[in-house]
Amino acid sequence: MKQILIASVEDKPGVLNRVSSLFRRRNFNIESLAVGHSEVPGVSRMTIVTDEVEQLRRAIVRSNVEKLVNVIEVDDVTDLPCVVRETALIKVTADTTKRREVMDFAEMYRARIVDVANETLIVEITGESSKIDALIEVLTPIGISEIMRTGKIAMRRGAVAPRTNGATA
Amino acid sequence: MGKKLRGADIVWESLVEEGVEVVFGYPGGAILPAYDALNNYREKIHHVLVRHEQGATHMADGYARASGKVGCAMATSGPGATNMVTGLATAMLDSSPIVCITGQVPSGAIGGDAFQEVDVTGVTIPVTKHNYLVTDVNEIASTIREAFYVARTGRPGPVLVDITKDALNAVIEDFEYPTYTISLPGYKPPAPVTNEQVVAALELINKAKKPVILAGHGVLISGAMNEVLELSRKGNIPVTTTLLGIGGVPASHPLNMGMMGMHGEACANHAIQEADLLIACGMRFDDRVTGNVSTYSPNSKKIHIEIDPTEINKNIKVDIALNTDLMVALRQINPGVTFNDRSEWLHRIRDWQEDANQRDILQMKTPTLMAAQAIRAIWEGTAGNALVVSDVGQHQMLECQYYQHESPYTLLTSGGLGTMGFSVPAAIGASFHKQDREIWVIVGDGCVQMTIMEFATAVQENANIKICIINNGYLGMVRQWQQLFYDARYAETPISSPDYVKLADAYGMPGYRVSKLEDAIPTMRKAQEHKGPVVIEFVVEQHDMVYPMVPAGADLHAMIRRPHRQFAEMEM
Ligand SMILES: Cc1ncc(C[n+]2csc(CCOP(=O)(O)OP(=O)(O)O)c2C)c(N)n1
Repeated sequence: MKQILIASVEDKPGVLNRVSSLFRRRNFNIESLAVGHSEVPGVSRMTIVTDEVEQLRRAIVRSNVEKLVNVIEVDDVTDLPCVVRETALIKVTADTTKRREVMDFAEMYRARIVDVANETLIVEITGESSKIDALIEVLTPIGISEIMRTGKIAMRRGAVAPRTNGATA
Repeated sequence: MGKKLRGADIVWESLVEEGVEVVFGYPGGAILPAYDALNNYREKIHHVLVRHEQGATHMADGYARASGKVGCAMATSGPGATNMVTGLATAMLDSSPIVCITGQVPSGAIGGDAFQEVDVTGVTIPVTKHNYLVTDVNEIASTIREAFYVARTGRPGPVLVDITKDALNAVIEDFEYPTYTISLPGYKPPAPVTNEQVVAALELINKAKKPVILAGHGVLISGAMNEVLELSRKGNIPVTTTLLGIGGVPASHPLNMGMMGMHGEACANHAIQEADLLIACGMRFDDRVTGNVSTYSPNSKKIHIEIDPTEINKNIKVDIALNTDLMVALRQINPGVTFNDRSEWLHRIRDWQEDANQRDILQMKTPTLMAAQAIRAIWEGTAGNALVVSDVGQHQMLECQYYQHESPYTLLTSGGLGTMGFSVPAAIGASFHKQDREIWVIVGDGCVQMTIMEFATAVQENANIKICIINNGYLGMVRQWQQLFYDARYAETPISSPDYVKLADAYGMPGYRVSKLEDAIPTMRKAQEHKGPVVIEFVVEQHDMVYPMVPAGADLHAMIRRPHRQFAEMEM
């Protein structure tokens, strides 16, 4: 199981660079990193997925990220109840004869067709990474020309919220 | 109503407000406005013109380590700033609080490869505790203030503030230095430890039969010298220090075994390996002190008191981690510590010490002046009271072994990074901290040539430092590795030197050469009479080694030792 960290960071220039520089310097491997604004102005939130498995190593990764001056708070949610999602855009090479097949698969996986051109379709899917992997697998024989994935984003279930919630940065 | 000031003036205004008395720096294009403004602040701040920006960072670092205050260095953009990288990394690895201020090209030019533009904040992220790029004159004061705060609090470290030229030139109509309490949302002081943790630690300490205290740099940074000594005395627990922990416990304390690690005392390393409890106080289990981590102190429980949470379980897995300031933690622990006889354990340590005494080079009749003898003479000639600044190599390790430090903050050396060339500039920096101690530099012939241009700075400032060059004609420590691990195939380790006596003369300071032990102290006396920089070259045996030695990655107890009677049969 991959380690999942949720970090609340100050929305300042260079913060993403500091986080990624830290991972490189400490020889931790980032599997994916997704970042965007949070509900608090001036605070961004990152979901960082690493391939660390050992508890002690995971604690060290967490404390290293938290030590960065611009990082407000880090939660290791690996073992906590969470909703974890990823979005992918998959461009399939399909002329009119194959379109039906792609659309059937999309429906089966609750994906959406978001673009149709003469030779291609773009399928958008949101879900657990394993579901995205499975859709990619069934579409591959038809012909995938491009894949774009966001990396995971995570949120704890229930009435728990990050400390930064409601605070001003 | 505030003052009308330029950004460049605000820089100095802020430094004055932060208590800075001396800045080590070098001018250039992007920082020119700040140098122009310096003329308005001459009475409050002394500026030292260095000869290379690396020297400025080491001077700020030496000043910081000697004084406990934040050191400050200044440089221009591009090459000026990149010359600081080694000094920042040195300060980073040794947790030394310095603030470096660099000029940057005008904000509109950033990103366009303007003349002398380098992404300095990008370059220095990995070698600073934190850094800032300031492009707005309104943020200069608050950023410098925050930089000093971050540098000195928690685990101290270097902070860099890069300020664009347009911000330095801009004017504020109504300037007042900020006074609000600094609170950074992502920067928290560590919480004190809980009572349960204290009870658990005491349980281990009081029932241990073979405990050892490992005293690191944190002892000095926290100022916990009395607390560590009390722990040792109260519990009758032997202590060993890391390289940067030297002086944290007096050398004369009967339970102080001396330094641990690669060139540490054999008794300390053996004690660590046989211990049933290690109490690690403000140290980080660097590979130079652990040797092979998988065989390190295999039978001990480990308590780690450390302010930086990222150090806990990083190299050595511990049983109890107290993640807080050392002084705070020991004040919670010490009242519960009980005295314990431990005579068997202390005897065992004494046996190791006696064996080491018999192998001691000072007990042998040697054909030539040995580096160890020279350093022992420096100890005698300064009555053990000097502030010693050592460089990197054999002479550094011999200094640890043969200069007995009684007081904290009396040894400044580059430990974590092992930066050759640190000592001369660091000593110049330390000389700006007012103190009663003489300042003596112990430096190799290789190291001194790395930052030798700072001799001119020492002369210009009449820095009262005595520079002892231990000249063995080699990059000795590397030669030692080549002898031991590469069948004595010496590649690029013999190194020539200028005539240091003439060189000193050329720079305008007295220079002496000592080749015989009996000349050491009289020459030192001459140097002591001269108020200002002096060079003394000690010409020493070329092929001596530093013992004991734990080869890199070997088990800590697997030390290479000096043969018992190495020089006895030698033909003279
Ligand atoms: C900047 C830098 N370059 C290279 C080294 C590797 N190094 C460590 S000790 C040493 C030799 C130092 O020679 P010298 O100053 O003559 O001291 P000695 O060991 O002979 O006492 C070298 C080259 C280093 N520590 N720092």
